[in-house]
Amino acid sequence: MGMTMTQKILAAHAGLPCVKAGQLIEAKLDLVLGNDITSPVAINAFEECGADSVFDNNRIALVLDHFVPNKDIKAAEQCRQTRSFAGKYNIKNFFDVGRMGIEHALLPEQGLVGPGDCIIGADSHTCTYGALGAFSTGVGSTDMAAGMISGKAWFKVPGAIRVVLKGKPTGWVSGKDVVLHLIGEIGVDGALYKSLEFTGEGVAALSVEDRLCISNMAIEAGAKNGIFPVDEKTLAYEKGRFQREVKIYEADADAEYERTIEIDLSALRPTVSFPHLPENTKTIDEAAGVKIDQAVIGSCTNGRIEDMRVAAKILKGRKVADGVRCIVIPATQQIYLQCIREGLTETFVEAGAVVSTPTCGPCLGGYMGILGKGERAVSTTNRNFVGRMGHIESEVYLASPAVAAASAVTGVLTDPDNL
Amino acid sequence: MQAKGRVHKYGDNVDTDVIIPARYLNTSSREELAKHCMEDIDRDFAANVQPGDIIVADKNFGCGSSREHAPISIQASGISCVIASTFARIFYRNSINIGLPILECEAAAKGIQDGDEVQVDFDTGRITDLTNGKSYQAEPFPPFIQNIIDKGGLLNSLKG
Repeated sequence: MGMTMTQKILAAHAGLPCVKAGQLIEAKLDLVLGNDITSPVAINAFEECGADSVFDNNRIALVLDHFVPNKDIKAAEQCRQTRSFAGKYNIKNFFDVGRMGIEHALLPEQGLVGPGDCIIGADSHTCTYGALGAFSTGVGSTDMAAGMISGKAWFKVPGAIRVVLKGKPTGWVSGKDVVLHLIGEIGVDGALYKSLEFTGEGVAALSVEDRLCISNMAIEAGAKNGIFPVDEKTLAYEKGRFQREVKIYEADADAEYERTIEIDLSALRPTVSFPHLPENTKTIDEAAGVKIDQAVIGSCTNGRIEDMRVAAKILKGRKVADGVRCIVIPATQQIYLQCIREGLTETFVEAGAVVSTPTCGPCLGGYMGILGKGERAVSTTNRNFVGRMGHIESEVYLASPAVAAASAVTGVLTDPDNL
Repeated sequence: MQAKGRVHKYGDNVDTDVIIPARYLNTSSREELAKHCMEDIDRDFAANVQPGDIIVADKNFGCGSSREHAPISIQASGISCVIASTFARIFYRNSINIGLPILECEAAAKGIQDGDEVQVDFDTGRITDLTNGKSYQAEPFPPFIQNIIDKGGLLNSLKG
């Protein structure tokens, strides 16, 4: 029996000729990631078990991104603890305010993750790096601590769902619409414990940024990871960026898939997830007209430069509607600088939006745009659970940067084509 | 190993944002997290929960964020076991890694009612509803995972 792409990467990192779905393995890790929320819990566990060294100070990334610049005293203390740990163990990839970005935008940008890698991160959206042909999955803080100590993690080898992409997206349709559509089709537990293996000629029609957005939300279908084949676009993205050797793994022709889903990219429409689950999807045609109080454009899902360019294209020469707060958050310092250099920041400010330094902030209801009772936001983030962005009676509508920007202009959920 | 307690029952897709809202993630204190456990889905949970109580829920319990604060807050509240039809995978491994017993059993998740008195035998996977005498069979943990739970979590098990 052949192996999927995910199974091949896991087998290679476990030192085994082959693995099969359901098998428990121990795999070597290329990178262990933590942030300012999850690292303190990992550091406590690390210290409580008496560890006094890390497996490799080049293969740990600590990114302060959730509540920075420090939102309050407790957040400041968590950052202080993480900063102190990074100093004590000479962690090379420690990203503090001024260098930091939202982790899942930052690590690909900095060339810290790439094809063939096996990565764990104490953040559920660590699955993002599957876009680059890596096995990459979110874990908790104890796994992170064990990973920092041993450089290894235990995994149950996942079965797989194959997602065959066909055609090319049209108009304003982006990676976000592809992944929201997929989650709407299979549900928030549709890929539970499984890998999502993207394939088909449609992959070539998607930019690396679109793929990063799609893999990012694999967890929203319950998946362990969401992985793309490595192609010319991946290699062009990694050239001069990825710091390790590119290793390309391909699924065997006779790999086993529990299910195959076909998506015709050319038939997709801009898509919105209604409260309070990402699976509650509607096309913009069915969603238009819902009144909003806030638009958030940013996050590990949609805070990359292509997202900023799309939002600016729509906001250029237009104004954010009265009664709407529009918050734009470039995901990394480099993207922030690019926004300034390309004139996007000026467009945002002239339109009446605010532009924040990189932070996860509002996505998880941390700060920088919390919703009050009964308020609604259209957001390019990844979750719309009860209370996710603030008050338990507030609502989040997940959408692409194009839909969020268009809706900010009109004050209601809007098809960008109808502006 | 056994657990016995009163049931707090919930539905599908209980996410980690309602188990422990992000506004409390500026701390990793177990006591502090326990005070706000389940706050956005069950405001009275922290006031009502008794040591040994059991959470029962339907499918995809613990979906969303990887925050280990979620199983930690449940464990620190005194909950002895979580039973669900299915668990989201990160929550599942986090619970095992910190030594919080969790069992997948759809029949139990559907049959057991809020407030029932339930007993769980982890060695056999037997779940007994003492309120009405019904019993259910969950898959016991594979030995690899049972070892982690017996040792009190992943890091303790690594110590050998």
